[in-house]
Amino acid sequence: MTAALETRGLARRFGGLIATRDVSFTLERGARHALIGPNGAGKTTFINLLTGMLAPTAGQVLLAGEDVTRLAPEARVRRGLARTFQINQLFGELTPLETLALAVGERLGQGARWVRPLGGDRMVGEIESVARRFGLIDVLDGRTDTLPYGKQRLLEIAVAFACKPQVLLLDEPAAGVPEEERRDILDAISALPQDVSVLLIEHDMDLVFSFAQRISVLVDGGLLVEDEPAAIASDPRVRAVYLGEAGRG
Amino acid sequence: MTIATSLVRRVRWRWWEIAFWLLAFGAVLLPAGHHLILNQIAILALFALSLDLILGYAGIVSLGHAAFFGLGAYAAGLLAKSVIAEPLAGLGLAMLVAAALGFATSFLVLRGSDLTRLMVTLGVASVLHELANALSDLTGGADGLQGVVMGSVLGFFPFDLYGRTAYAYSVSVLFALTMIARVIVHSPFGLSLMAIRRNRLRASAVGVPVNGRLIAAYTVAAAFAGAAGALLAQTTAFVSLEFFDFNRSADVLLVLVIGGAGWLYGGILGAVLFQGLQDAIAGLTPEYWQFWIGLFLVVFVMIGRERMAVGLRGLWTGIRT
Repeated sequence: MTAALETRGLARRFGGLIATRDVSFTLERGARHALIGPNGAGKTTFINLLTGMLAPTAGQVLLAGEDVTRLAPEARVRRGLARTFQINQLFGELTPLETLALAVGERLGQGARWVRPLGGDRMVGEIESVARRFGLIDVLDGRTDTLPYGKQRLLEIAVAFACKPQVLLLDEPAAGVPEEERRDILDAISALPQDVSVLLIEHDMDLVFSFAQRISVLVDGGLLVEDEPAAIASDPRVRAVYLGEAGRG
Repeated sequence: MTIATSLVRRVRWRWWEIAFWLLAFGAVLLPAGHHLILNQIAILALFALSLDLILGYAGIVSLGHAAFFGLGAYAAGLLAKSVIAEPLAGLGLAMLVAAALGFATSFLVLRGSDLTRLMVTLGVASVLHELANALSDLTGGADGLQGVVMGSVLGFFPFDLYGRTAYAYSVSVLFALTMIARVIVHSPFGLSLMAIRRNRLRASAVGVPVNGRLIAAYTVAAAFAGAAGALLAQTTAFVSLEFFDFNRSADVLLVLVIGGAGWLYGGILGAVLFQGLQDAIAGLTPEYWQFWIGLFLVVFVMIGRERMAVGLRGLWTGIRT
């Protein structure tokens, strides 16, 4: 069976800086995979290369075995690759309902339609199921930028999920969320359906070790090691470059 | 409230919308003497609505929107002069030609910062201005397009000296195109434009083909601007180079800022206020009206529309209690 997502020799240079260094990486179907690494290791650049927001200097990105290296971000979304953002990228003045309607509408191929208003049973049904899954059903009608931060983080994941991804990239989903709202995010992430392959980029080691079945460590733009959580936790190289810095023994 | 009703509520007609259109059409019956200015307002409103589609909804700033206005005007004027005098034909042609130019130049505004877009749109309008000047055999050059004689609207309603037919014609076109715009902005396509303006990165991350949507919006807006130009050409039976003027592009931007961008009736409200203000001040001090308009704009922008609205609302509740 082909991997859900794969990179071959992926590299990206910014002038003299090598942000991504020959990364060959595989995300298996249904994976719960975490990508960790110290600040500046190139995690976000790697995500941007996967989603097409940056073009690689060399290498390939394969989605379900097909080369998508040259496809635009929106085309990759239509093929089932969705992401969330480390810093909220929401539509502040729109409502969560409109935000979800946008994502669902695009996925249903209605986005270019301009003669009929938003709606239809299928759209309404999908918005409702996504909103319920992420606990947003009661806050759909207010402006997004007035939501509590934790709800905004949930919406951030919900919008990506509304694209019905095969592969979901979560970029630090719990970053900056106050303690009392954190539980909701962790629950939502662990309740993601099994058939969605998830790559989690995270600093928070509790979240990483409670969620991931495999962990890859990125250092200086290159993959240092990939293994099961227990092996990563005891790997001396990883301790040296990362866990030591993060203060976890 | 369920999701379905929330979605329907976005599209529902408000009472003031109906009242506004009743008033606008009712104004056709006003005694002679008001229609020339009302006609100007309706045309300016349509022009501002067109700018709103790209600026308020899609987030593309333009200082050269008069390019499409002028092109539409010349298309309509030339058609009337040399082929058919019936105005609706000219209106249709103007929209087509302007849409074609909009489509062709949309590729210039897809990328780049607001500043680049301002410069590019300004440049396109200047190029057209000079082209119209150079092609004087066709356009009449600096003298303007002379000898346009308009036929009756639909063959039934001849234009009169007081502008009653002109206003009825313009307000009908404004109504029809506003209704089309209303459908567009409430559609999935319209929602994707609003999303692009607010966060282009996220829009593409949920699968919105950003460039395609911007091209479509720019093309439609150009057609609307062409219609506004055609209306002015037809109701005044004259077209000149000043249809392409920078002032016209700048004025329509002011109109939209006054009325509120990103809101379907912003252009209309702005046109009423702008033209009304200009008229009132010109009546008081014919020589210095531009000074007062300028001062008003500075104060307006410094205070901000929202704070002004809050102040007015406060005043209103103060009066009622």
